[in-house]
Amino acid sequence: MPRLHRFANPMRFARLSKAVLPWMAVLTILLIGTGLYWALLASPADYQQKDSVRIMYVHVPAAWMGLFIYVSMAVSSAAGLIWRHPLADIAAKSCAPIGAGFTLVALVTGALWGQPMWGTWWVWDGRLTSMLILLFLYLGYMALWQAYDEPGKASRAAAILALVGVINVPIIHFSVEWWNTLHQPASVFKVGGPSIDPSMLWPLLVMALGFTTYFVVVLLWRMRAEILARRIHVLMMQQAAS
Amino acid sequence: MSEFFDMGGYGAFIWPSYGITALVMLGLLVASLRSLRANETQLASLESEKEKWSQQSDEWSSTPTETGTSA
Repeated sequence: MPRLHRFANPMRFARLSKAVLPWMAVLTILLIGTGLYWALLASPADYQQKDSVRIMYVHVPAAWMGLFIYVSMAVSSAAGLIWRHPLADIAAKSCAPIGAGFTLVALVTGALWGQPMWGTWWVWDGRLTSMLILLFLYLGYMALWQAYDEPGKASRAAAILALVGVINVPIIHFSVEWWNTLHQPASVFKVGGPSIDPSMLWPLLVMALGFTTYFVVVLLWRMRAEILARRIHVLMMQQAAS
Repeated sequence: MSEFFDMGGYGAFIWPSYGITALVMLGLLVASLRSLRANETQLASLESEKEKWSQQSDEWSSTPTETGTSA
C-alpha cells in the first residue's frame, strides 16, 4: 500500500494529473476521431442488420463504460471506507455523473436500435431492466451525496449503496443468458473469444478505448474541482468562525 | 452525400444515436471543466482575502502569519 498512498497525496495527485491530462486529451481526440470515421464510413454494413449496426459503435462502448465506471466507483468506495482516504471518496464521487451519463446513452441508443430491429423501443427483458436499475443506482448514489451536509457522513452512506449495488453488475452481464428474450447475447467478452468479425471488432475497440481516455480526462477534472471545493468549504467555515 | 446521411434507410435511428452520445459526452465535459474553473477562481479570491485578513491581524499581534497560499 505505501506505493499507492504516494499517489493518494492530494498535492502529488494535482501535479500528476496536470502532467497526464494533455496526453489523455490528445489521445481521446485521436481515438474517437478514428473511431467515428471507421464506424460511420470505413466499416461494412451487417448482413442481417444492414447499416443499423453502426449504432453498435456508440451503444456497446457506452454500456461497457457504464459498467466499468460503476465497478471503479465501488472499488474507490471500498478503499474510502477501509483506509478513510479522502482522495478515494473524491474519486468515487467524481465517477458517478460520468457513469450515469454513459448508462443513459446506452439506454437511449439501445431504444433507437431496438425500434428498427425488434419493432419496439423498450421491452422489460433482463438486460434492459438491469441496465435501468444501474442508472437508478447511479442517481441514488448522487442523491445520497446531496442529502448530507457533512462530507464524512455522505461518503459513508454513498459508499455502502455503491457496494450493495455491485450485485447488479454480474446480473447485467449474465442477464442475456438467464432471461433469453430480445437482447442478443455477448459477442466480444465470451468463452472461446469474440465471434464478431474483425472489420467490426476493431472500430468497436478503438471507440471503447476513446471513451475510456475521455473518462480519465473528465474524471481528473472532476476530482480536481472536488478537491478545490473542499478547500473552499474549509476556508468559508474558518471565515464564518472568525 | 445524401446516401451517406440516409444510411440505407436507418439514418433516422443512427444520427439521433450519435447525437445523444455527443450531447451527453460534451455536456459532461463542459460542465466539469466549468466547475473546475469556477472553483479555481473562488478559491483564489478566498485565499487572497484570507491573506489580507491575516496581514491586518498581524499589525495588532506579532504572531507569525499563516497564509494558505500553498497551492
